[in-house]
Amino acid sequence: MHSLKEMRKQFQSAFNESKNRAKIVIGLGTCGIAAGGEGIWTAVNNYIQSQGLEIDMMSTGCIGMCYAEPLMEVHMPGEPRFIYGNIKAEAAVAILAKHLNEGKPSPEYILAQDPRGYEAAANIVKLNDTAFFNVQVKNVLGRCGIIDPDQIGHYISLNGYEALEKVLTEMTQTQVIQEISKSGLRGRGGGGFPTGRKWEAAYNTPGSKKYVVCNADEGDPGAFMDRSILEGDPHSLLEGMSICGYAIGADEGYIYIRAEYPLAIKRLKKAIDDAEAMGILGHNILGSGFNFKIHISAGAGAFVCGEETALMHSIEGKRGMPRVRPPYPAQSGLWGKPTNINNVETYANVACIIRQGAEWFANMGTNNSKGTKVFALTGKINRTGLAEVPIGISLRDIVFNIGGGVQNHKRYKAVQIGGPSGGCIPENLLDTPVDYDSLLALGAMMGSGGLVVMDEDTCMVDVARYFLHFTQEESCGKCAPCREGTMRMLQILEKICNGKGSPEDLDTLENLCRVVQSTSLCGLGQSAPNPVLATLRYFRTEYEAHIFDKKCPAGVCVDLLDIKIDAAKCKGCMLCIDACPVGAISGERKKPHIIDSEKCIKCQACILKCKFGAISKS
Amino acid sequence: MSETTVMINGIKISVPAGTSILHAAQKAGFKIPTLCYHPDQEIKANCRICVVEVEGQKNLMPSCATAVSEGMVIKTTTARVLEARRTILELMMAHHPQDCLQCVRNGSCELQELAGEYDVRYNRFPQEDAHLPLDYSTPSIVRDPNKCILCGRCIELCTSKQTVNALGLAHRGFDTQVVPSIGQELFESPCVMCGQCIHACPVGAIDGREQISEFLAAASDPNKVIVTQIAPAVRLAVAEAFGSESGQLSMEQLVGALRMIGFDHVLHTNFAADLTIMEEGYELLERISNGGTLPMFTSCCPAWVRFAEVFYPDFLEHLSTCKSPQQMFGALVKTYWAEKMGISPVKIFSVSIMPCTAKKYEAVRPEMGDSGYSDVDMVLTTKEIIRLFQMTGVNPLKLDAAEFDPWMGEYTGSGVLFGASGGVMEAALRTVYEEMTGRSLVKLEFNEVRGMEGLKEAALDWDGTIVRVAVAHTLSNARVLMDQVAAGKSPYQFIEVMACPGGCIGGGGQPLTRTNEQRAKRMEAIYDEDRSRAVRKSHDNREIKILYNDYLHEILGHKSHELLHTKYTIKRKNI
Repeated sequence: MHSLKEMRKQFQSAFNESKNRAKIVIGLGTCGIAAGGEGIWTAVNNYIQSQGLEIDMMSTGCIGMCYAEPLMEVHMPGEPRFIYGNIKAEAAVAILAKHLNEGKPSPEYILAQDPRGYEAAANIVKLNDTAFFNVQVKNVLGRCGIIDPDQIGHYISLNGYEALEKVLTEMTQTQVIQEISKSGLRGRGGGGFPTGRKWEAAYNTPGSKKYVVCNADEGDPGAFMDRSILEGDPHSLLEGMSICGYAIGADEGYIYIRAEYPLAIKRLKKAIDDAEAMGILGHNILGSGFNFKIHISAGAGAFVCGEETALMHSIEGKRGMPRVRPPYPAQSGLWGKPTNINNVETYANVACIIRQGAEWFANMGTNNSKGTKVFALTGKINRTGLAEVPIGISLRDIVFNIGGGVQNHKRYKAVQIGGPSGGCIPENLLDTPVDYDSLLALGAMMGSGGLVVMDEDTCMVDVARYFLHFTQEESCGKCAPCREGTMRMLQILEKICNGKGSPEDLDTLENLCRVVQSTSLCGLGQSAPNPVLATLRYFRTEYEAHIFDKKCPAGVCVDLLDIKIDAAKCKGCMLCIDACPVGAISGERKKPHIIDSEKCIKCQACILKCKFGAISKS
Repeated sequence: MSETTVMINGIKISVPAGTSILHAAQKAGFKIPTLCYHPDQEIKANCRICVVEVEGQKNLMPSCATAVSEGMVIKTTTARVLEARRTILELMMAHHPQDCLQCVRNGSCELQELAGEYDVRYNRFPQEDAHLPLDYSTPSIVRDPNKCILCGRCIELCTSKQTVNALGLAHRGFDTQVVPSIGQELFESPCVMCGQCIHACPVGAIDGREQISEFLAAASDPNKVIVTQIAPAVRLAVAEAFGSESGQLSMEQLVGALRMIGFDHVLHTNFAADLTIMEEGYELLERISNGGTLPMFTSCCPAWVRFAEVFYPDFLEHLSTCKSPQQMFGALVKTYWAEKMGISPVKIFSVSIMPCTAKKYEAVRPEMGDSGYSDVDMVLTTKEIIRLFQMTGVNPLKLDAAEFDPWMGEYTGSGVLFGASGGVMEAALRTVYEEMTGRSLVKLEFNEVRGMEGLKEAALDWDGTIVRVAVAHTLSNARVLMDQVAAGKSPYQFIEVMACPGGCIGGGGQPLTRTNEQRAKRMEAIYDEDRSRAVRKSHDNREIKILYNDYLHEILGHKSHELLHTKYTIKRKNI
């Protein structure tokens, strides 16, 4: 067998040497690009060229601080790395110039510093001391935002492919499976099935041909954990899949990834090519005799293709529809062969576990949920981004410490966890530990890790309607309760939002929830009622207000809004009359105007126009 | 096989390991409703109407797809189960037209039956009709996608059993539809019009195309002489429809009944079946002795012919050039028979009564006019003829026997056999044997080619000559044999193919035929009729002899080729 040790040393010394040169690092994950990272890259690069400077430039994946993108780091020899956020191209150049000319960081854009062994600068918070990072434990995200994902050398120099080498040289298949079982790793895609048991089942099924499949069909609204791993550290997935292949006896793997993730696909392709070129992937890996080839299969983005049997149908070129289980994929999966299927984050954990040991992993988390979990924080939260925390941390910690609480000093109302399959958690339950079982008990689920924070301006009936609209559109149409039931639930929710709900509708809704949940064929249908059930459980009064009082307490459901002009405040400026698209407002100059509520379409254009705060909704 | 003991509604019962809860419950005496389940198909578990409670399971379990396990405690009667089933029924019904009275499946609809059983008297959900256009593109089948409940039975039938893949799913969620390949009209799909999807459908979403009104109009036209041919498989299904066992109705009773409802002359397709054996049998002999293309496939089944034209266009020379009995009959009735009877062919309105939907398509194929006219003017299915009997109040079982009209009404046991899979083969073997060996056949039954087995074969040693034959019914089995031919590895000389399970007795034009069990019974009745015939070999048919003597002059002769043989065309569809 060839060892990677020498190569790793070379990469590491190259990396250490590079510390003696100045370097600019720019976050060019999808979040960074969307925020303008490429413009910064060009501006800084042009500046370096025009000034004839000898400064390295490196792109990296998402470090998690999406709220502060675009991000730029400045590494000067012998100095901490300084991390700047929310910058524009001109600012980026100015920041660099200041470092070069004055040897000083620019305080107005600085987010944090990472001393990296050098003396820290005064008055700048250290990255690991920031509220965003101090409770995080970077495990699968360890290299994201640190390395250049397109450089296999970066991955290798930070212990990359050490675990694969270890299993190929030191471990039997069953030892690998035992190690994963012992770690307590559970599937990170939503269901939380013990990974070791899944692998064992695939290993135990006889067959000369087996497959390893990675579910990279991340489809929950507001979820981008897997995308960030794929964009920021693609080799960690390849290593995890290869180890799985070795363990279960597979020689081929498929990454099923949505075509809406073009950057992730591009980086994965490069990673696969590079790893194959180095003999780490493909035929006779590292001379061990183990073959493992990985293919990329791009999906068209149907949410149901996140369901494992539908996903495999889609890879096979069939309509992405789930089938009844058993047989489970471990017995009969892709093309009828024994198959192991996990999601990106699950595989990304594998190398860490092999390298650092099952016990190290099992020491993190709670009794039944081990390790760390990556969450995507979105919604009305101050710090949107990606956070990896030990399982068992409270939701309050995530939302208020890491996420910095609710935007604009509004009141917290709920956090939606687990996407369309999950539920909303109200304030009084915020101290619940985040683990698979506690969340299930609350009517939510860990899901893949999307956390959407909602503030007082959110109508919970509208939230349920939103999610049912989503599941209803994404239902594959195969089984009757999901196909028909989600549509009828949506219709009832729309009726309630429109102020036409009746008390019987609540009974019917609850009846549908029970039936769709307990009779649907796959997880999509079985969990589709969760957003309704959870909002009914914790926010029933809002439903009742819509039905009995014909009011939307959050002022979201337009049909229930009442737009009024306060005659005392109205100056009669006529601006609102001009703004109204339907001519619902009338009045003479300098006299209070009035709104004809029959004509009003509640577009609220008048409210935005009024300079005196005279128009309000209720 | 090991036994598994389970508790169903408090009753302890042992069933073979691997039995589904559905069947275990049946054994224990409990009916569980089903819609997507079909005994002859794979488990789909789409409709979820068969859910039951299983102790220890959070969700209700589909009983069709869940195998029993030792000690399992199952409840099929709880309020939770009933709530789920009734809700699912309501959901389906609110998305299904409410015009049951006009529906072709009124009284035989599985959804309607369940709605009754589950006492669904009002629906909480507003009615949502899709208002999709009906598909009348084929002469054989009508699809009403509005009535479809998406159970998937037709798709599986068409995909797995027939390997035609004319039907699939399109769109998603509430808008999901069963559509002909990628949303085209059925005629543009590879559909072979076998009509088996009609039997698979639990509701009225697929049916044969009816021509009852057109028939009534023709029958009342004084300028038309209605001449009919009736296929052997029809009789059995008519008997069933009038509440009798398959074999209880005699062909002669049916003749009388048909005369009563407007058919002027009643003749028999079996006559043409015997004629087919003469032409096809000698074609086989000729191919064998002259080094022609072998194996030769039968060409009686129009769905099979279209299947070959669509899927195996490069191998059409393997099909016998003989027309089907229906079309041989059609070509003769307006020529030979018209002459014999002194009736102008212009006046003849030739109607065939068939167990088959594909025959409607065959009759309108452009090449089927060798008589100088449209050889067959109309095809009525068994189902339509039963409808006519019902409308006119004629119960054939209660009538006395009547005689067939002359010249093309006589038939042998061999002709009867055409109704069942393996029958054409057996009939041909009876004739070919005698021709090849010059000896009289003692034991007429060829049991190797009888029965419901999907692929049957026989190797017959006739004085040292080994004749290898095969019989396939359902097109997936035909595909197996055709693939052998395509690979150059077919060991056979002669192959019979029928598209429908069991052959014509299980045809798409028969009244609702749910299971293969039902088909097997009809098959037995065919064998009984063959046994009861005085003449059982096609070449002994007296009227056939007269036909050759007076009109055709020789087997495979000039006149035969003109009237009784055909050509095939490549019909490569978007496959």
